[in-house]
Amino acid sequence: MSTPDTDELEKGTSLGHDAWLRLRKNRLAVAGGLLLVAIALLCLIGPALSPYGYEADNLQLGAAPPSLSHWMGTDYNGRDLFTRVMVGGRVSFAVGLAATAVSLLIGVLYGAIAGYLGGRTDMLLMRIVDILYALPFTIFVILLLTLFGRNFVLLFVAIGAVEWLTMARIVRGQVMGLKKQEFVEACVAIGMSRRRIILRHLVPNTLGPVVVYVTLTVPSVMLLEAFLSFLGLGVQPPMSSWGILIGDGARAMEVNPWLLVFPGLLFSLTLFALNALGDGLRDALDVRGAKD
Amino acid sequence: MLKFILRRLFFEALPTLFVIATLTFFMVRLAPGGPFSREKQVSAEVQRRLDAYYGLDKPLVVQYGRYLANVARGDLGPSFKHATESVNSLIARAFPVSLELGLWALLFAIVTGIGAGIVASLRPNTWTDAGPMTLAMAGICLPSFVLGPLLLLLFGLTLGWVNVAGWNTAGDRILPAITLGAGYAAYLARLTRAGMRDILSQDFIRTARAKGLSPTRVILVHALKGGLLPSVSFLGPAVAGLITGTFVVESIFQIPGLGQIIVNAAFNRDYFLILGAVVFIGFVMIVMNLLVDVAQALMNPRLRLGE
Amino acid sequence: MNTAVRLSSLILICLVAVSCGRQGGSSASADKPFVPKPEKNDNVLRLGNGDEPQALDPHLVAGVMEQNILMSLLEGLTIEDPKTLQPLPGAAERWEISPDETVYTFHLRENGKWSNGDPVTAEDFRFSFERLLSPNLAAEYAYMLHIIKNAKAFNEGRIKNFDEVGVKVKGERTLEITLEAPTAYFLAVQSHFCFFPVHKATILKYGRIDQRDTDWTKPGNFVGNGAFQLVDWKVNEVIRVRPNPHYWDAATVKLSGIEFYPVKQAETEERMFRGGQLDCTSTLPLPKLDTYKKEYPHLLRSDPYLATGYYLFNVTKKPFDDVRVRRAFALTVNRQLICDRILKGGQMPAFFLTPPDTAGFTSRAALTGSLHEARKLLAEAGYPGGQGFPDVELLYNTSENHRIIAEAIQQMWHRDLGVRVSLVNQEWKAYMDTRRKLGFGLCRAGWTADYNDPMTFLDLFVTDGGNNNTGWSSPAYDQAIAEARRTSGSTRLEAFQKAEAILAAELPILTLYHYRTVDLVHPRVQGWYPNQLDHHPYKFVSLKAD
Repeated sequence: MSTPDTDELEKGTSLGHDAWLRLRKNRLAVAGGLLLVAIALLCLIGPALSPYGYEADNLQLGAAPPSLSHWMGTDYNGRDLFTRVMVGGRVSFAVGLAATAVSLLIGVLYGAIAGYLGGRTDMLLMRIVDILYALPFTIFVILLLTLFGRNFVLLFVAIGAVEWLTMARIVRGQVMGLKKQEFVEACVAIGMSRRRIILRHLVPNTLGPVVVYVTLTVPSVMLLEAFLSFLGLGVQPPMSSWGILIGDGARAMEVNPWLLVFPGLLFSLTLFALNALGDGLRDALDVRGAKD
Repeated sequence: MLKFILRRLFFEALPTLFVIATLTFFMVRLAPGGPFSREKQVSAEVQRRLDAYYGLDKPLVVQYGRYLANVARGDLGPSFKHATESVNSLIARAFPVSLELGLWALLFAIVTGIGAGIVASLRPNTWTDAGPMTLAMAGICLPSFVLGPLLLLLFGLTLGWVNVAGWNTAGDRILPAITLGAGYAAYLARLTRAGMRDILSQDFIRTARAKGLSPTRVILVHALKGGLLPSVSFLGPAVAGLITGTFVVESIFQIPGLGQIIVNAAFNRDYFLILGAVVFIGFVMIVMNLLVDVAQALMNPRLRLGE
Repeated sequence: MNTAVRLSSLILICLVAVSCGRQGGSSASADKPFVPKPEKNDNVLRLGNGDEPQALDPHLVAGVMEQNILMSLLEGLTIEDPKTLQPLPGAAERWEISPDETVYTFHLRENGKWSNGDPVTAEDFRFSFERLLSPNLAAEYAYMLHIIKNAKAFNEGRIKNFDEVGVKVKGERTLEITLEAPTAYFLAVQSHFCFFPVHKATILKYGRIDQRDTDWTKPGNFVGNGAFQLVDWKVNEVIRVRPNPHYWDAATVKLSGIEFYPVKQAETEERMFRGGQLDCTSTLPLPKLDTYKKEYPHLLRSDPYLATGYYLFNVTKKPFDDVRVRRAFALTVNRQLICDRILKGGQMPAFFLTPPDTAGFTSRAALTGSLHEARKLLAEAGYPGGQGFPDVELLYNTSENHRIIAEAIQQMWHRDLGVRVSLVNQEWKAYMDTRRKLGFGLCRAGWTADYNDPMTFLDLFVTDGGNNNTGWSSPAYDQAIAEARRTSGSTRLEAFQKAEAILAAELPILTLYHYRTVDLVHPRVQGWYPNQLDHHPYKFVSLKAD
């Protein structure tokens, strides 16, 4: 608010556009965003460019350092690391996005309903969230996967189920503030249904903090996936994921350092990009009190 | 205050523990495999006797009721894998180890994290800001199963300053604490920096500065109190996570803590041990959250308890 | 620009640490061979033992790591020669065998003592066998004693009186054991933990004869007759033993103690070895093998080990109900490549089940055939070029090595037969459950000899055998095994040959490789001889001082 572009404001710039302008000035955030897009694109088209399949092995070759034919080297089974990192990136992004989507879906609706209805319903719903908060969830995810076998769907549903709680709290707080505002009262006055008010008017207005929280959830989900892969609870081989690759790389780091360096680098860059983007968005949208 | 604590314990802690115990009980029991599925198959007769011995032949609901009754009395049951130990004694031995490791990690996280955050917040966008924040970013990006072995290679094997594994000497505490605390330190650094930037730009700080108070005094006395608030609310759940055991760090450094107990119990289908450990950890987390709420209230009088 | 700084610092951190680690190793090997410096010079042997033992009660355990510990604490009627595994006098100083090889009379030694000073008596042994066979104890390994007359009937509750079982006390130090049939390995199997004696008075002090999990195995309570006694047992941390002053052969014992560390992660174990915290490891991570072979061969041990790795076929379901499909799959696996390029520890490709030279037995029957034949068989079975082949799953338990091998074999079938097999990786308990219920197409398995005899491998696949887990059943095979149980000498070996021939023809399993122990042993450890069971009687082990 220090240097308002009064001209632009008078032209009726939307809040979103205003935030976009501020975001663009944050070079770190822009760099993060671009980097993210670049990595995602690479993961999407990379495997198509590679002459190797992600599971095609070459036992005679074994673990070979980076070379012209294998830019990132090969793993113990002689599989092309570049292809595996790209395919693994798809999996890690998919897990990150899917789990975040699950948490978004549950968290936003739950929080909006609790916040809008208020009163006893709110108290009951939030008490449930409090109780669930106290559950040792990482342990539950481990238990779930150990006990019932690993399964791609189960993996991100489980992770998503962990992450929705904070989302619900954030959205509830936002909605509580919003519902006292005039436009909501106007909606009520013209007899709009609760369902419509919540879905059409309240939820879209919580976008700011939710977006910020999403950019922070995706990396934490990716880290969790890496951790589970390290325990051997990740996706089913020979499918690859960054978690699996980094886990394997960590085990072989003294002998075949490239197995750790390349997937680790892409993983770190992605986490960095997401965090930078998240920070930038938070500043741009002027969100306080989202996760951190 | 006392009323608030009691109410929290009664209306939140008890239902939470109940939910934890129930969820875990049925999750564990519905899982495939049992504590006695080993490579050498036991005959049906032996299996029947084993089940009878441990009361596993009763209907699940009866077992559940019996388990809850025992937990209420503080008896978490026997362990299948560690046949001569009770769950209580296993937790009693492992928890202090995890607690100590967690506290060292916490100390490391607070000192380096908050320190780096403060330093970074003082001169934004200079190298004293970028340096610590870069390290913080690295701390977040490096999973402990990468950082731990890296530190071990460097300080344990190459330089030979500390032991590679174990939990005996004072030196054995250093690397595990750093490995465990690094991620938290990184998070704390970012939180502290953000919180301090917020406070330092506020009017009362400017006033204090204008009045000619020394910068050190301004920062330490006036800014820190408010600037650390976000860190404190993060620390609550974080402490609970730190002291209740972390499987990865414990297995890399061969530390006999709770994390190993619980993951291995899950792998071994050690029913009562999984249950006991989860219930215990849930209990610790509840207590920690409560303590944090109290601490926050003390630091920020505007925030009324129970709201 | 900020990005660049952060980025490069990240890379630097990784690379510096990694290269430091590497340089540390190679610079040491430049002038003289690298040898880890022991952390302490207290004449204590420190062993990586893989996992926390289930218990220290010899009648309630079932694994290799328990055997490793119990061998130090207890002693059976015979012990093993550390090099040849031939039975040597243990608690018994001599024995007589009846001409029909069914009655063994053991004479216990005069100076045999428990760690509390009590004499080791024939009654202790009788009591121990009764305990293991007690139906209420529900011991998993009780079946090992079923070779004793009427033991099975007693164990299953059909006989109530233990006097009817073939174990008789003929004097304070004379024990007579009558077998169901001549059993060539009976003397050798006495060094297996299930034949170890327990101290009668101690067992009864802490519970009934058939009571599980009493406190008798706790440090301070444990009374044993082995060369060492229990000092300390910290769960997930360490088990410590020190020499037993009452042991009859205490003069031979050279170590001041042994510590067993339950290190589950192979990488952690290897680091502990390099840091001088362990004298021997229980395994070695695959990626490290090349490094040790090239740079530190003097620390690496790789010896033949009586164990075979194989895949089980589920013969009750399509497509593996057809022996042609099984044969096609078995022929396609390039075992030599797996041994040379993946395992790298000198493991041998397995074309039959029993490892070569198991108590002098080597199978004549072996799987032979070409890839061309495999493709033809698959086509004959109705899947030319893999077309129309149903979805099958290869189940394995979570382990890096099993995964790497499964991934490689999956590719072999894919490339050479055109079939797609999906991999399913489950945690041990879930894996055992799926395996028992035949919920797989193919399933990884392995078997380690309990004793040095082909029987320990070949009785796996009798009809309804507890670890058959294939659904396969062959009357001719059952007959061959029954014949081997009845007979001795060359007739017995011929029965085993018959069994192997049936396995090779019908292929309920796809044998992969015969194991070797691959682990690290510090050069200061003396008397650690290679043998097929990887048993190292600790009284013959010593540590060379610097």
